[in-house]
Amino acid sequence: MARLSRLRLTDEEVEKFQSELSAILEYVAHLDAANIDGLDPTYQVTGLTNVTRPDVVIDYGVSQKELLKNVPQTQGDHIKVGRMIT
Amino acid sequence: MSSKHWGSIADEAKKVASGKTTAAAQVKKALTLIANNSEYQAIISTLETRALERAKLLDSLIASGKPAGRLAGVPFIAKDNFLTLGAETTAASNILKGFEAPYQATAIARLEAEGAICVAKANLDAFAHGGSTENSDYFTTKNPHDKTRVAGGSSGGSAASVALGLTPFALGTDTGGSIREPASFCGVVGLKPTYGLVSRSGVIAMASSTDVIGPLTNTAEDAALVLDCMAGKDDLDGTTIDRDPEGYSLQPAEAKPKIGIIKEYMGEGLEPGVRKQIDLAVSNLKKAGAEIVEISIPSLPLALAVYYIVVPAEISSNLSRYDGQRFGFSAKADSLDDTYELTRSQGFGAEAKRRIMIGTYVLSSGYYDAFYKKAQTVRTKLIAEFAEAFTEVDYLVGPVAPEVAFKIGANAGDPLKMYLIDIMTVAINMVGVPAISVPAGVSNGMPVGLQIIAPQKKRSLIITNSKKI
Repeated sequence: MARLSRLRLTDEEVEKFQSELSAILEYVAHLDAANIDGLDPTYQVTGLTNVTRPDVVIDYGVSQKELLKNVPQTQGDHIKVGRMIT
Repeated sequence: MSSKHWGSIADEAKKVASGKTTAAAQVKKALTLIANNSEYQAIISTLETRALERAKLLDSLIASGKPAGRLAGVPFIAKDNFLTLGAETTAASNILKGFEAPYQATAIARLEAEGAICVAKANLDAFAHGGSTENSDYFTTKNPHDKTRVAGGSSGGSAASVALGLTPFALGTDTGGSIREPASFCGVVGLKPTYGLVSRSGVIAMASSTDVIGPLTNTAEDAALVLDCMAGKDDLDGTTIDRDPEGYSLQPAEAKPKIGIIKEYMGEGLEPGVRKQIDLAVSNLKKAGAEIVEISIPSLPLALAVYYIVVPAEISSNLSRYDGQRFGFSAKADSLDDTYELTRSQGFGAEAKRRIMIGTYVLSSGYYDAFYKKAQTVRTKLIAEFAEAFTEVDYLVGPVAPEVAFKIGANAGDPLKMYLIDIMTVAINMVGVPAISVPAGVSNGMPVGLQIIAPQKKRSLIITNSKKI
């Protein structure tokens, strides 16, 4: 689970989280008994669908430079990331 | 406790608009109050330079006779998960320490367009995961009524700020009770509007289908005014709904409102002192002309389980962006994968990790149907049951939390116990209806909040009833 979440845990953390998460998952599992015959899942409560806007560029007054200022490593206008294939 | 420093928001705005005082003076007053109350640790950072600049602009606007807005010069505090342009926004997490927001949250932009001025960022549980601010990576906010107790959460800093009278109002977010619970614990008004009414653009996402922005104030009238200034469709947030054409304000009450006490919230787990205050509030409502009945929402006992499946699932998705590549803390490592893992493991606190893992688990193949899909289907049931209840009554009431503010450290080391405090608030988020917590007296010296719930998009109503308590 940690790997899938891109988290690296210490052995201590694994033990602690294991017992905590088991307790939590045990609690939520009592949803099993609920009768949901004939019902569909609800993913959002507004009832809105396909909210679109015209495909026109809107200037929000923020430059690319400003948006990139928090990037840890840049190269020109690009975001530099670590090697993916080693 | 709170109104000793400020009058109503409308009165404070009038003082500035009429020239009785200046926006600069108001800002300085708020900053001084903040400095004098640092022992409560409600505030993460102040925006002194920015606030004084805005005040200067506003004061010259007023001097030249131009309209200053309905919130002229009113200082406010925003929970530190609201992006404030050019200022640090941390979500109380180490992973965003030093992060300077490149754009403004719409809610703040709208308030400032009406003349209000954001003066500080309030403490919260990191990424809004929690009910006490004990999950903040920085410090725990103390309850203004008793420093050994929590202020509640996750909008604990915001609630404490209003209770201390640092500013006339504060902004919070409510995904599972995070405005209502701290409001109840601190003895202030906390409003969770209908989902979609206030834009989430610029608010650090926790769970996209339940996150809501709302005000913490001294009175219901103030809450309505702040909501009115923020509410309405935003192009930057595709989940926003239209605002009521008549706006939001304190309305005279219905002649004979029908109010349902939620049976499932008045059960065994309720602290006797809290029950006493709720009963008292309900009898006051009856005296004021309301018809009181008992309403049952049968699927309510399942709501917490639904919440702790759906919300961590959405959290795991929303927190995947913290990978150290575009913003925030970035750990140095050789490979991209290593950077991801080290950044997130070192940057995130324990609760964030817990929720990410639960979320990843319930969404993973083999478990998706049993957990996530099932939970979202029970959600359908809850929505139907609430809709049914609202055909019988105008409003629903109940407590906000099973107990008053607990002692700092009381629930440490037991995350499930902490989750159980949310038992009375989470269903409301799953269903998307509005709810408010209003002060309803004290129990053993600690504030108790009454929760009033209304159907989706219903305006005023909640506001009107709050007046009667």
